[in-house]
Amino acid sequence: MGRYIARRLLWLLVVIFSVSVITFVIAHAVPGGPFSREKKLPPAVLKQLNEKYRLDDPLWKQYVDYMGGIFIPRLTRSEPSTSYLEDYLINIPLGEYTLRWMNFGPSYKSQSRTVNDVFRENLPVSAELGFYAFLVASVIGIPLGIVAALKQNTLVDYIAMGIAIFGVSVPVIVLGPVLIWLFAIRLPIFLPSGWGSWRAEVLPSIALGLGSSAIIARLTRASLLQVIREDYIRTARAKGLMERVVIIRHALRNSLIPVVTVMGPIFAFLVTGTFVTETIFGVPGMGRYFVTSITNRDYPVIMGTILLFAVVIVIANLIVDLLYAWLDPRIRYD
Amino acid sequence: MKELTRPPTSLWADAWRRLLKNKAAVLGLAIIVLIILVAIFADDSVFAALAGREPQPLLAPMHFAKQDLENNNAVPRWLTHVFPTLKPVGTEGGYAKINDKYALGADYNGRDLLSRIIYGTRVSLAVAIVGPLVSLVVGVSVGIAAGYAGGRTDNLIMRFVDIMYGFPDLLFIILLMALFRSTTSAAEAGTLRAVLTGIDNAMGGMFFIFVGIGVTAWMSMSRLTRGQILSLKEKEFIEAARAVGAKDGRIIWRHILPNILGPIVVAQTLNIPQYISTEAFLSFIGLGVQRPTPSWGSMIADGASAIRTYPNQAIFPALALAAIMFAFNFLGDGLRDALDPRLKGTD
Repeated sequence: MGRYIARRLLWLLVVIFSVSVITFVIAHAVPGGPFSREKKLPPAVLKQLNEKYRLDDPLWKQYVDYMGGIFIPRLTRSEPSTSYLEDYLINIPLGEYTLRWMNFGPSYKSQSRTVNDVFRENLPVSAELGFYAFLVASVIGIPLGIVAALKQNTLVDYIAMGIAIFGVSVPVIVLGPVLIWLFAIRLPIFLPSGWGSWRAEVLPSIALGLGSSAIIARLTRASLLQVIREDYIRTARAKGLMERVVIIRHALRNSLIPVVTVMGPIFAFLVTGTFVTETIFGVPGMGRYFVTSITNRDYPVIMGTILLFAVVIVIANLIVDLLYAWLDPRIRYD
Repeated sequence: MKELTRPPTSLWADAWRRLLKNKAAVLGLAIIVLIILVAIFADDSVFAALAGREPQPLLAPMHFAKQDLENNNAVPRWLTHVFPTLKPVGTEGGYAKINDKYALGADYNGRDLLSRIIYGTRVSLAVAIVGPLVSLVVGVSVGIAAGYAGGRTDNLIMRFVDIMYGFPDLLFIILLMALFRSTTSAAEAGTLRAVLTGIDNAMGGMFFIFVGIGVTAWMSMSRLTRGQILSLKEKEFIEAARAVGAKDGRIIWRHILPNILGPIVVAQTLNIPQYISTEAFLSFIGLGVQRPTPSWGSMIADGASAIRTYPNQAIFPALALAAIMFAFNFLGDGLRDALDPRLKGTD
């Protein structure tokens, strides 16, 4: 197990390296620097800006500096600094010294802010949205799948699976406007946009989570149907257990194991899905910032976002795999 | 004596028979055929090309780019009953111009929504057809190369696929589109960039969408193909073919491909909704097709910003998009059940 985790963590480094190189190259291949605008800047200003952000360095050096700033932790005497060069995401005070880690660099567009400022401001909102959507997905998906399986081939099953097909088929950009119109304008229960109050947070969470709830429902149903036919369920029934106990204690527990495997992909889907949802519902998260940063060629924001999300997705997949082995003792990684 | 056997049928004829018994799949197929017809006959370009004249709108009431700023945001009378918040001019607090010339209303530029939805079928359908083709050709070739060659080649290719899997798909496409789109102004004549941009412009911005989808979609296909080949490679009939002296190319083409076609077709059909929604999303955030080419995604984006006052501008393209997604999902599910009845009811 230990060796397996070590190998996976090593693999994580390979993925981060590849993703960062590809992103870096593509972002810098976009013609026109971050400071080329409709109205041309005076050459002297441009030169100074390029110098300030070291954009005249060869590409490989820019890359090494950038990655070094993020990944190499520093131990410095604790003295607060306002320079963009000194803005670290993680600051752990160790007596006289401070351990500083993860400097994602400055934002080119808003020159008084750093990428870390952007993260600090927008990331919690995106994370919150993703978490609520995940709740929606599980709270709707798992019961729906269970009910459908227990009432297989009845009207209940067809309705539940109908809802599931609906959830899979309707993308957020369709669901979003429809939900807004129905529940924020026609019946003004919720707010059509914004964040910070439950009235604003319900609709985007549902819009984002519903698609995943459908996937979970279908998988839960299929898995429970399979488990119900197993011999040990027949044994449990034969020894006279109540049907409720058979289902809850014996069938459900085992049937939810495969459902854990889709949690990885679903997590990745929710993470990237926040981008769409945030645009539609005007949620001030990473998604909206990312899209504008692309049109602004704000390399550090682009790089930082993609790197961060790639890391999150790879780690989520690792956790899911480990969880799977823990839940199902028959699975052993070596 | 009574005949107890039925005449032998091929796998595909058998699957087709099962598919026709599946009501949802038939409904999906019917919707898709309808959408294909609408896309072809949105204007009379089929005949116009033969006669050598400019195409005229046929099914669509007017051309998708025809503006009438006098009638911007106009709505037909029947919509005021469907959307009670749409108050016509003259009533208390009313703001909406009434004009029955537009069956579903007009957008902020005074362009007919119905016509734009009808022309919009072309973009969605093109993605639904080209997306699977690209990922099929690239993914299956890579998968065959990896699975059939085995050993180091296999290892190398699959590790590369693993790395690309770590990339958040949507972010990667956004990044690529930003790269492609920004070349429009900067390309010098005669360079590869200029040629590609020229192709893209001629296609209303669809070429780069195809490339973007292709770049991200082939990976799952190559994994699937490789898995199938690995399980087939050791089967006796492949060994038999090799024993009688068949070459690699013949084995792949005649013996392996026909056997893996089923799962691949099913996987691709189930992927189509994803391609369609990717295009719609890209157009939604302004990195998709170029204006004024109508895409349902960009129409929803335009409509969503005015949803308080003119809900029809977002709701109708959204319904169209939902319809095509439903249709392809139904068909994909049906195809899977038809081609492999063992999988019925599972995912």
